[in-house]
Amino acid sequence: MIEVENLSKTFNGIKAIDGVTFRVDKGEILGFLGPNGAGKTTTMRIVTGYMPATGGSARVAGFDVYEQSLEARRRIGYLPENPPLYHEMTVRSYLRFVSKIKGVGAKQREPGVDDVIEKCRLQDVAHRIIAKLSKGYKQRVGLAQALLGDPEVLVLDEPTIGLDPKQINDVRQLIKGLAGSHTVVLSTHILPEVSMTCNRVVIIDRGKIIAVDTPENLTSKLRGAERIYLEAAGAAEALQKALEGVPGVSKVLAEGQTGEVSRFHVESQLNQDIRRDLASAVVRGGFGLLEMRTVTMSLEEVFIKLVTSEDHSGVQAA
Amino acid sequence: MKNILAIFGRDFKSYFYSPIAYVVLTIFVLLAGLFYSNIFTAIVESAMMQGMRSQQYGQPAQPIDVPGMVARNFFGTLSVILLFMIPMITMGLFSEERKRGTIELLLTVPLTNIQVVLGKFFAGLTFFCCMLGLSFLLMGTLFYFSTPSLGPIFSGYLGLLLYGASLVALGMFVSTLTENQIIAAVLGFGMILVLWIVDAFAGSTGTVMQQIVSYLSVIQHLEDFIKGVVDTPGVIFYISLTVFGILLTYRSVESYRWRG
Repeated sequence: MIEVENLSKTFNGIKAIDGVTFRVDKGEILGFLGPNGAGKTTTMRIVTGYMPATGGSARVAGFDVYEQSLEARRRIGYLPENPPLYHEMTVRSYLRFVSKIKGVGAKQREPGVDDVIEKCRLQDVAHRIIAKLSKGYKQRVGLAQALLGDPEVLVLDEPTIGLDPKQINDVRQLIKGLAGSHTVVLSTHILPEVSMTCNRVVIIDRGKIIAVDTPENLTSKLRGAERIYLEAAGAAEALQKALEGVPGVSKVLAEGQTGEVSRFHVESQLNQDIRRDLASAVVRGGFGLLEMRTVTMSLEEVFIKLVTSEDHSGVQAA
Repeated sequence: MKNILAIFGRDFKSYFYSPIAYVVLTIFVLLAGLFYSNIFTAIVESAMMQGMRSQQYGQPAQPIDVPGMVARNFFGTLSVILLFMIPMITMGLFSEERKRGTIELLLTVPLTNIQVVLGKFFAGLTFFCCMLGLSFLLMGTLFYFSTPSLGPIFSGYLGLLLYGASLVALGMFVSTLTENQIIAAVLGFGMILVLWIVDAFAGSTGTVMQQIVSYLSVIQHLEDFIKGVVDTPGVIFYISLTVFGILLTYRSVESYRWRG
């Protein structure tokens, strides 16, 4: 549905994005993840036809966003970073105006407006002036605007910014509900959002894509090693020795002790379950096993690891 | 066409959502009314004086076209008042869209740039026509007290309309250059004033240069219309100035995409 090839954009000699390539299949939700200034907004602005690329190409539903801009734009619903609202209008009249300029036929206009008002839960504020609305409502009006005309492709730049936790949940459910019938590209810097809503993640940093994968694969690939947290009663040094003796253990990190309770992080090779051996080693040594659990690396840690590493080549190979 | 109308409708209504429309219209009516009553009294008085004088000397009274003189003077005054009002009408057309970020909406929906530009131009022009309409309420008193010849009044309004269209187009262009409405208004004033007094710079040397420069004066051409002469060079001048302003706006909006 969306094909982006080797896209680059230069502002006054500074490369905002450089060689960005990705594709989104029909019905998929793609998350764009990256720190501020990574090039998320620039990429989205190019895909929506707001600005042309310096190099490369982007196609939406087979239409080049620059050469066949109007055709491409007809198929895109776009929520910019700052929702483009006319503050002096009421929610309903604003949505009417947007459906008019999106070319929605006169007959479908009112039902379409009603539909997005319901989807974005704006019934209570439909007749209020946008300037008087809270940030969360404004954001939802922006989202409603993007949904008008039922476009095949939705490009949402930080759709949940400014919402309270309940609203965030609502919007995520809404976006999830769009999958299948719509193709969605959304950007965010909130990581749980990506793992909750997206089928695939693109991590972008300093204008370059550094990883593309499913959220699950990304976390497991980047982990590199399994980690187990273990808490046991007994002499710390003897314990450490016993743990190091277990086959498959690559590293034992002492995390300190309180009284006779010692805590460790045990690392092992990937895809090797050593919990059984660890437990029996602890018990056989005469120590009291108090707690043991697998530590999974959160997407957050993956992300930080990715964007702080100097050398991205290892990741790209993965 | 439908798209132009959609933009036109929103922009025209938005004048009345903000205080700008009411302030501009009130000040305009106030100023126009003051000047009108002033002109009216002055001309009627001088006509009476002249009538009395000719009676004193026992000469036949010279016919004086009082309504025509009032109309001519009033048109001249109107053109100056409007000159100050037009930048107020046009200052927000694009600068406000840029400041609020709504330009991103306009440029990513299936609208061509020229549709956006024309929609906005007609919104500004229609607002300008509202002002002309209000001024006609004053002018209408002439019809109540006398029967003025329609020709000069018609041509005067036609001239003002053409003059307004060209200034609205140029003002609209200026508003694409900045996100700040005040700057857009000041730039608009500056530009219009230069076009207004440009013939003064040329002096009266009668050279080709002077002829060219005075041709560019927006007020020169209007004088013929006020006298009741609809002359082709004037019409062409205003229409080409309008088209020029619209094209500049179009190019400027186009360049947003490149400047990012």
